[in-house]
Amino acid sequence: MPIPTPFHPRTAPLCTSLYWKEWAGYHAVRSFDTTFEREYFAFRHAAGLIDVTPLYKYAIRGKDAGRFLSYVLVKDVTRLGVGRVTYLCWCDARGHVLDDGTVTRWDDAHYRLTSADPSYHWLLRHARGFDVEIEDESSEICALALQGPRARAILSAAAGSDVEGLRFFGAMRAKIGKAPVEITRTGYTGDLGYEVWTANQHALELWDALVEAGAPHGLLPAALDAMDVTRIEAGFILNGVDYTSARRAVIPRQRSSPYEIGLGWSVQLDRDPFIGQAALQKEKREGSRWAIVGLECDWDELEALYGSFDLPPGIPTHAWRESIPIYSGAVQAGYATSGAFSPTLKRQLVIATMEAAYAKTGTELRMEWTVEHQRHAVRAIVTDRPFFDPERKRSTPKIAQGAGA
Amino acid sequence: MKKWDAIVVGGGHNGLACAAYLAKAGKDVLVLERRHVLGGAAVSEELYPGFTFSVCSYVVSLLRPWIIQDLELPKFGLEILPLEASFSPYPDGRALCRWSDPELTRREIAAFSKKDAEVYPEFGKAMSRLARWAKPVIDAPAPRPASLNPRELKGLLDFGQRFRDLEAVDQEGLAKLMTKSAVDLLDEWFESDQLKAPMAVSGIIGTFLGVRSPGTAYVLLHHYMGEIDGAFRAWGFAKGGTGMVSDSIADAARHHGATIRTEADVDRVLVERGEATGVVLSDGEEISAKAVVSGLDPHATFLKLVGPDHLDDDFLTRIRRFKMRGSSGKVNLAVDRLPEFSSRPGDGPHLRGDIAIAPSIEYLERAYDDAKYGDFSRRPYLNVVIPSLVDPSVAPPGKHVISCFVQYAPYSIKEGPEHWPERREAFGDAVVDTLAEYCPGLKESILFRQVLTPWDLEQDFGLTEGNIFHGELSLEQLAFQRPAAGFAHYKTPIPRLWMCGSGTHPGGGIMGAPGALAAKAMLQGSLLGRSL
Repeated sequence: MPIPTPFHPRTAPLCTSLYWKEWAGYHAVRSFDTTFEREYFAFRHAAGLIDVTPLYKYAIRGKDAGRFLSYVLVKDVTRLGVGRVTYLCWCDARGHVLDDGTVTRWDDAHYRLTSADPSYHWLLRHARGFDVEIEDESSEICALALQGPRARAILSAAAGSDVEGLRFFGAMRAKIGKAPVEITRTGYTGDLGYEVWTANQHALELWDALVEAGAPHGLLPAALDAMDVTRIEAGFILNGVDYTSARRAVIPRQRSSPYEIGLGWSVQLDRDPFIGQAALQKEKREGSRWAIVGLECDWDELEALYGSFDLPPGIPTHAWRESIPIYSGAVQAGYATSGAFSPTLKRQLVIATMEAAYAKTGTELRMEWTVEHQRHAVRAIVTDRPFFDPERKRSTPKIAQGAGA
Repeated sequence: MKKWDAIVVGGGHNGLACAAYLAKAGKDVLVLERRHVLGGAAVSEELYPGFTFSVCSYVVSLLRPWIIQDLELPKFGLEILPLEASFSPYPDGRALCRWSDPELTRREIAAFSKKDAEVYPEFGKAMSRLARWAKPVIDAPAPRPASLNPRELKGLLDFGQRFRDLEAVDQEGLAKLMTKSAVDLLDEWFESDQLKAPMAVSGIIGTFLGVRSPGTAYVLLHHYMGEIDGAFRAWGFAKGGTGMVSDSIADAARHHGATIRTEADVDRVLVERGEATGVVLSDGEEISAKAVVSGLDPHATFLKLVGPDHLDDDFLTRIRRFKMRGSSGKVNLAVDRLPEFSSRPGDGPHLRGDIAIAPSIEYLERAYDDAKYGDFSRRPYLNVVIPSLVDPSVAPPGKHVISCFVQYAPYSIKEGPEHWPERREAFGDAVVDTLAEYCPGLKESILFRQVLTPWDLEQDFGLTEGNIFHGELSLEQLAFQRPAAGFAHYKTPIPRLWMCGSGTHPGGGIMGAPGALAAKAMLQGSLLGRSL
């Protein structure tokens, strides 16, 4: 039975659709209205405010905090600057991915790790011999993601103009009203955006302040269905949807390495030992079997396919999460794991796991597509991710740079 | 002197689309735009500091998906935000809002008629079926009924076959659609005046006809055309205003190598030995090309750019008879707060779509009566949108832009069209007064007002007689008769002179199809690409 997040007193009355789902043990809104469209367009044109409390959060403190995390994670985070955030994954000893998330360095000896799955035990298990203290902050800290082109203007109105200088993947502390908050320039929409973290008791104050500051900028409360479309446009993968955590995998073929899920760039191999190092070195040498890629379906073929049934293109408007076979000629070369029609790009986007030989950008494949209960296939082309990558996501106004991190 | 492959006269969205397709095919193309901004009637301008207006056309309906894909317009900045609802307030303090949520819509309509509430989705389904049937017509050059060319004949046969394949009920529906008035058609389906009136107006937009005039039912179909594109959706705002549609097409054209010049006013098309050879600008500059394409309307193209000397009388007569007769105007407002409708207070989602001031059929007929006798409507039909609500980039925080499409504002007022400037502010007042009857605080919130009469649309934007569609979208001016029988395929009587504007098939609205189809016709017509 899920429980409410600290923002529930605000989100529940707004959720007139009563569309909820479970997210990591919490009640989470799918969409406030019966369609998520308005929220999607707020993310891309104004700003959306979404409750991301259900993420797991761990504070790692102590003299060895950096060294310890670098041992557990695939990246050396001792080199991460104070006030910086990085995205990465971590593996078991066989080099199979357990989870992906972010690490924020608050000071020399204080980091925060976020994850999709509970990870306290895994961290604790490997802490022996390190001078660290691991605290599970998951149920003490709540968070709101403020995402969209207007996010900077809104946040600087609420938290002060220092926010304007906060660079992509930067972190800073600030006050919103009386609430002390932590702000990271991160998110899951691939747009300009921030995540704002605070202790549970300040949740409603934070919500109210951001909603008030956002009103003249078209801010809307947003939820998971809208974010799912934006994350696919941004080309982000999702644990449990696009890959299976080694923790949950039942049989070997369900496991993946960082290279196979497109996170090879986050692996730093040649350094002090870390969990999975030997296996990853071997895979790097010998090559990987699979690769997560982006695909775009050929719209003309889709339209023609529906046209042959005398139907308009009946593309689902929601993001979908089904395994769908993908072929090269007569051979199944992989499978789609999620996809969405992008209202911005006007293209059917797909995230797929392909055998490595079929993963090169531009490769032509065919994806199964069912119309009127009959299986057909449409052309799909391997495409670079992110599919949608606005400049505002990374850029910071010149005048404001220097302030913050 | 440099000889271009093609010169496009007019940097409206169709001219730019034509240029983009020609450039994409490797042609050396020059676009010449008279104004300092591109877009023609699909233009965004900051008329008041901080407020960006879609000065003329204000919503995007039928921009063709294949054009968006071919030219990769999202890459060049095109983003379309859907209109969420159609809101209609009434003088008695009630209101009706139609949503994309069918259950919500059913309950709204049921407040006026329980029967209509249930019939409404059936009507939508019937119209969508017919729109699907008509779709190939707007995505291809007009059929040629008199041609004996085997390919054309096959096209016509297919067309006939598809008509035969329609279920009897749809065949009947189609026949009615082509002949009836909007009101007659709606009367067959609905009983509630409050529902019929805001639906009927789709049939008259941009025409000098009333909702009871025969032939207006067909235009209703256009409202449902958007659905044929499935996930591409129907009606929306372009982020940054409709000028962004033009700008994204212009950037696509430049990306493919087209050259675009603004403040280059084409005075006339050069015709030598009966063929178009280039253009002369108003400052005397001559530019030569293998082909000239006019994005201007048929009157401006033939009566001004080419001139009667180069055309035979029969053709001239047909062009002169091509009905322009603009019937609408535009009022753009910058306001310091969101308008509040007394019939539905607050800033709810009902304001995030289009708002129709069309309270009854009688109201619409009276509005037409004023126009018939040479005056603007005292109480006009208004189609109002507040794009800043969904696209905050067009107004300062908390402030808004309001766009009011106004009908009727006949070009030929009884004083004569050149007297419009003296009537302009009175016309603007009538519009603001009308809207203020439903939004009591409106007048106090206005920071800036722009009033565009049909005369202004002609003088400032080059739309002959202020017709927003480059010629009325009435049945007798469509398909193989647009703009004249025998010249519906972008060709003109003058070799190497082509047309690509909304005055050609499939017509007006921000569709891009005339421009793109014209380019395709030119490329096809060029024997091995040697001549255009």
